[in-house]
Amino acid sequence: MNGFFDIPSDLDNTYFGLIGLHLREALLPVLAGLLAALPLAQLCVRFRWLYPPVLGVTTVFYAIPSLAVFVVLIDYTGQTELTVMIPLAVYSLVVLVPAIVDGVRSVPEETLAASTAMGFGPVRRYLQVQLPIAVPAILAGLRVAVASSISLVSVGALIGNQGALGNLLADAQKYGRPELAVNSVLTTAVLAILCDAVLVLVRNLLTPWMPRGRRQRPKEAAARPEPQEAAAK
Amino acid sequence: MDSVTKRYPDGTVAVDRLSLEIPDRSITVLVGPSGCGKTTTLRMINRMVEPSEGTILLDGEDLQRQPVTTLRRSMGYVIQNAGLFQHRTILDNIATVPRMLGRGKQKSRERAAELMERVGLDASLAKRYPYQLSGGQQQRVGVARALAADPPVLLMDEPFSAVDPVVRKGLQDELLRIQDELGKTIVFVTHDIDEAIKLGTMVAVMRTGGRLAQFAPPAELLSDPADAFVEDFLGADRGIRRLSFFSSAGLELTRGPVVRADAGAERLAAADGAPHLLVTDADGRPLGWAEPRGLSAGDLAAGPLLSCGRPFVPGTDSLRAALDCAVLSPTGWAVAVDADGRVIGVVSQQTIGEAIRSAHGAGSPGDERTAEEPADVTKVAP
Repeated sequence: MNGFFDIPSDLDNTYFGLIGLHLREALLPVLAGLLAALPLAQLCVRFRWLYPPVLGVTTVFYAIPSLAVFVVLIDYTGQTELTVMIPLAVYSLVVLVPAIVDGVRSVPEETLAASTAMGFGPVRRYLQVQLPIAVPAILAGLRVAVASSISLVSVGALIGNQGALGNLLADAQKYGRPELAVNSVLTTAVLAILCDAVLVLVRNLLTPWMPRGRRQRPKEAAARPEPQEAAAK
Repeated sequence: MDSVTKRYPDGTVAVDRLSLEIPDRSITVLVGPSGCGKTTTLRMINRMVEPSEGTILLDGEDLQRQPVTTLRRSMGYVIQNAGLFQHRTILDNIATVPRMLGRGKQKSRERAAELMERVGLDASLAKRYPYQLSGGQQQRVGVARALAADPPVLLMDEPFSAVDPVVRKGLQDELLRIQDELGKTIVFVTHDIDEAIKLGTMVAVMRTGGRLAQFAPPAELLSDPADAFVEDFLGADRGIRRLSFFSSAGLELTRGPVVRADAGAERLAAADGAPHLLVTDADGRPLGWAEPRGLSAGDLAAGPLLSCGRPFVPGTDSLRAALDCAVLSPTGWAVAVDADGRVIGVVSQQTIGEAIRSAHGAGSPGDERTAEEPADVTKVAP
């Protein structure tokens, strides 16, 4: 495994430079997808009839292979990072719209009624009640989007070396250095796992109100009936 | 409410020409079977549902004249299952409306802490999240949240129907206590007629189709149901339940059969003729009933005693409670005690029955229905 971290000069980058590039190419599209998905999902929640067609169309997008999209996009955006990131953003959108819609819809009816009755306007209600309660569902969607985006960036190697860590796969073939392929696969996997761990951490920080914790819950449940029993006596 | 109608686009009439005058600073209960439009009626008061026809006036002012969010923030709203914000702590849940009204974070939280105490929640729950609370505790938070901005009006939509009966009774008593302290104008929706009678100063019985069947104080509802629907809705033991509204203060008590455990033969002889004697301890607290035969003077408690059951407190308890004591007593005599639990006398089922008859006569003179009711009661008494 000599030269494991010896990046061929044609990539014009260091190992850590490739990692940074990979993360940028993977995460910017997810961010763009999230920003587009939020209003789209809200429209789908507001106008129920909109959801099935939106879901249908986005699912068709998801079915188009990224390579085919690259071929079409190259005519417009050339052999650039942008060509890689556009389909990735679309894929993220496809995953995130249903996640957000389901999350927002999971807000209990009486919680919505109570917030309306307390004088929340629609915007305030969306930002302060529906969206926060949808956070676990949104983060679940983000985890899927981020993991698939990180793995898909490598395909960019096929269009003018825009695949970041994926370019190592191409170079492994070109220079007959299999250790570069191992490096590419391992590093990509580790990146995906680390990003996922960060998202889990973010979720736990954002949702202290979620029932979790294996030790805490049963204890709570056991402690609860006591006041009632006392009252009964 | 003046002739208010709610008609949905598909032609369903939820509320039909309803006119109600809801009295200030008291609890008005809307009760009826499901689908009778009671929740719709409640929601028209805070304009979550807009009436199709008719007007609703609050202190003489048309509700339509106010911006809807201002109106809602001036009315507390309590809902079944509480509808708490699961993503906020208990304290922040309660502080919601004051925060929206622009009172500072610190002030709102202080107010919230004060309300937690008022509704009987332990301060240690402040930093908890709703999932960590029991149903009854969540409902208390719901009430505290509705009271947080000190609104003059409180709307309650079946707030206690999802909790078990023991907790429900606690919450009802708590509501009555809070109402005593705060004197809000409360509109309370329930499908439970017992809850309506217990809580309501005025009770509006609604029937399917959104029409008002009767609007009356609970005692009048029980004595004078407007028609067969209301009578049926009140249930079979209407006569017994009505006794809750009559005080037991006027019952004629006798001390004849009451003897202290250390009473001598002389006292026993004086009570001769009574089928049973009520033996008390030296402080006058009841120990149990004894048969006069075979009692040894000086230590009456030594022999076998029959349980004296639960005593009642004349004046505090109702005639219904007194009758209940008599029915449950093994001897047919109810034991009356003072606030400290000392026996002040006993009363027989017959005497209670007479009191019931005279109470009914005085309660609603000239009402032919009352003639049937004592008959109801005497069936139970023997």
